[in-house]
Amino acid sequence: MLEIKGLTKVFNAGTVNEKIALSSVDFSMEPGDFVTVIGGNGAGKSTLLNCVAGVYPVDGGHILLDGHDVTRLPEHKRAKFLGRVFQDPMMGTAADMNIEENLALSFRRGKHHTLRWGVTNAERAKYRELLALLDLGLENRMTSKVGLLSGGQRQALTLLMATLESPKLLLLDEHTAALDPKTAAKVLQLTEMLVKEHQLTTLMVTHNMNDAIRMGNRLIMMNEGKIAVDIRGDEKKSLHRADLIALFEKSSGSKLESDRLLLS
Amino acid sequence: MTQVLLGALSLGLLWAIMTIGVYITYRILDIADLTVEGSLPLGGAIACVLIANKVDPFLASFIALLGGCLAGLCTGLLHTKLKIPALLSGILTMIALYSINLRIMGSPNLSILRKPTVFKPLTTLGMDKNLSIIVVGVVASLLIISLLYWFFGTELGSAIRATGNNQKMVRAQGINTDTMKILGLVISNGLVALSGAFIAQSQNFADVQMGTGSIVIGLASLIIGEVLFGGRSFYRRLLALILGAVAYRIIIALVLKMGMNSNDLKLFTAITVAICLWLPQGKEMIRKIKKSMAKEGA
Repeated sequence: MLEIKGLTKVFNAGTVNEKIALSSVDFSMEPGDFVTVIGGNGAGKSTLLNCVAGVYPVDGGHILLDGHDVTRLPEHKRAKFLGRVFQDPMMGTAADMNIEENLALSFRRGKHHTLRWGVTNAERAKYRELLALLDLGLENRMTSKVGLLSGGQRQALTLLMATLESPKLLLLDEHTAALDPKTAAKVLQLTEMLVKEHQLTTLMVTHNMNDAIRMGNRLIMMNEGKIAVDIRGDEKKSLHRADLIALFEKSSGSKLESDRLLLS
Repeated sequence: MTQVLLGALSLGLLWAIMTIGVYITYRILDIADLTVEGSLPLGGAIACVLIANKVDPFLASFIALLGGCLAGLCTGLLHTKLKIPALLSGILTMIALYSINLRIMGSPNLSILRKPTVFKPLTTLGMDKNLSIIVVGVVASLLIISLLYWFFGTELGSAIRATGNNQKMVRAQGINTDTMKILGLVISNGLVALSGAFIAQSQNFADVQMGTGSIVIGLASLIIGEVLFGGRSFYRRLLALILGAVAYRIIIALVLKMGMNSNDLKLFTAITVAICLWLPQGKEMIRKIKKSMAKEGA
C-alpha cells in the first residue's frame, strides 16, 4: 500500500543549521497494516509522515502510494489517497464552518468541486448516523460552528472526517498528544473502532510507548532519521517496554534518553 | 435635508457593491486586498470609455466587471505563483492599475455628460436621478447578495470559505488553496469594478483618483454593517454589508452637514475604522478594567 525507497529529507541544507531529518529510509506497508511509529524528539517521525503527505518536497528517494509514484505530487493531489489527523486539534477542521459543512468537505476529498450544493439532505442523514457513533452528542449540533467544540470533540470529528471516504492510508500525527488523558483515551478508542470498521491501513506516530505497544500489528522506532527497530506479528504481541528499550539501545548503540518517551 | 439623505442613500447603495467585494477578501479569504483602490477606478474608466464610444451602458458595466476580474487575477497570481505577500501583491496591482487607468481614459478624467447610463431607462420614465440610482442600487446589490448566498453554499464556494479558515486542512481535503484564493480575488475585484462603473455613471465622469481611500471606506462600511446590523446567518451578514455602506454615507453626510471641513473626511474615516477595528479588543479591555475596579472597591 505504501512503499518508501531511499527517502531523504534535509532541512536547511548547506547552512550551520543543517539537519538530516530522514536519511535514506526504506519502509513499506501491506494493506491492512496498522503501524505505530515511536521515537524521541527530532527522530524523524513527523517528517516521515509529512513527506508521505506531501507537506514538503523530499531531497531523495521515492514514495509510492497504492502503486502510484507520488514523490513529486503536490499535497492537495495526494489527498485522495490519504486521511490525515494532526497533533493540533484546531488544525484538522475549519473553525468558522459548521459540523456538516466540515464533513461535506471531507466527503468530497480528492474530487472536483462543482457548483452543486455543498451539503445535500441525503448526506445530512448519513452524517447524523456517523456522528452518533462517536457518542459525543454531536449529531444534535450539526449546524454548530466547529470553533465552538472542545479540542477532544474537534479531534474526534477530524478522525471521522479522515475516515469518511475510506482512505488508502490513514496518517495520524501524534493526534492525542494535545489532549488530556481521559479525552486521549476516548480518541484512541475511536481510532481503533474506525480503523477496524473500515479495515484501514494506518500509520500512527505517537510519543506514548504504551499506546505504541498496545495498538496496531507492527511497531517501528525511529532514531536520527533512520528506522532503528521494526517489530511485527507475534513478536510485537509479546513486547514489553523493557524489551523495546533494550532493542533500541542494541540497534542504535546509544542509550534512550528521551524523557518524553520514557515517562509517558 | 431629505435631499442630502437621499443622496447619501443612493451613493451608499452603489458603494455597497464594492463593500461586498471587500467582504469576500477581508472576511472570507482573510486577505487585506488593496487591489480595490485600482480596480474601482478601473471599472469607472472602462465603463466611461465604452459609453463615450456609444457602447450600451449595461454592456459597458459588464465589461468593467470583467476588467476588475482580470485585476483580481493579476493580484492572485502575484500572491500564489510568485509567493509575494498578499498585501504587497495588492499594492503592486494597484500601482500598475494607476498607469493602466490613465492609458484607458487617455487623461486623468473622462466626462460622459449627456451620454446614456444604466440609470437612463428609469429617468426617461420620469424618475428623479437620485431615485433611479436608488432603484438600480437596490436591485443590483440584492441580486449580487442572492447570487453570492447561493455560490458560497456550493461545493466550490464552501472550498473558498474553508481556505480562508484553515489552509492546511483544505489541502488535506485535496483542494488547491492557490486556485481558491485566486478565485476569491477575481470575484471580489469584479464586484469592486462594477461598483466603480456604477459610481462613475452616477456622477457622469470617471477619475483616476476615484479609488483613493476606497479600501478604508469599504472596511468602514463593512464594520459599521457588522456592528449595527450583523447577525448569525450568512444572508443576514451579506445584507448588513449593504446597510453598513448606506449607514456610512449617512454618517458622512451628517457630519458634513454639521459643519466638518470636507478635507478632513478621510482623517475622520480612518479614525472611525481604527476605533471600529479596536472595538472587539476594546470591549475586552474595558471589561477587565471594570473587573479590577470592582475588586479594588470590594
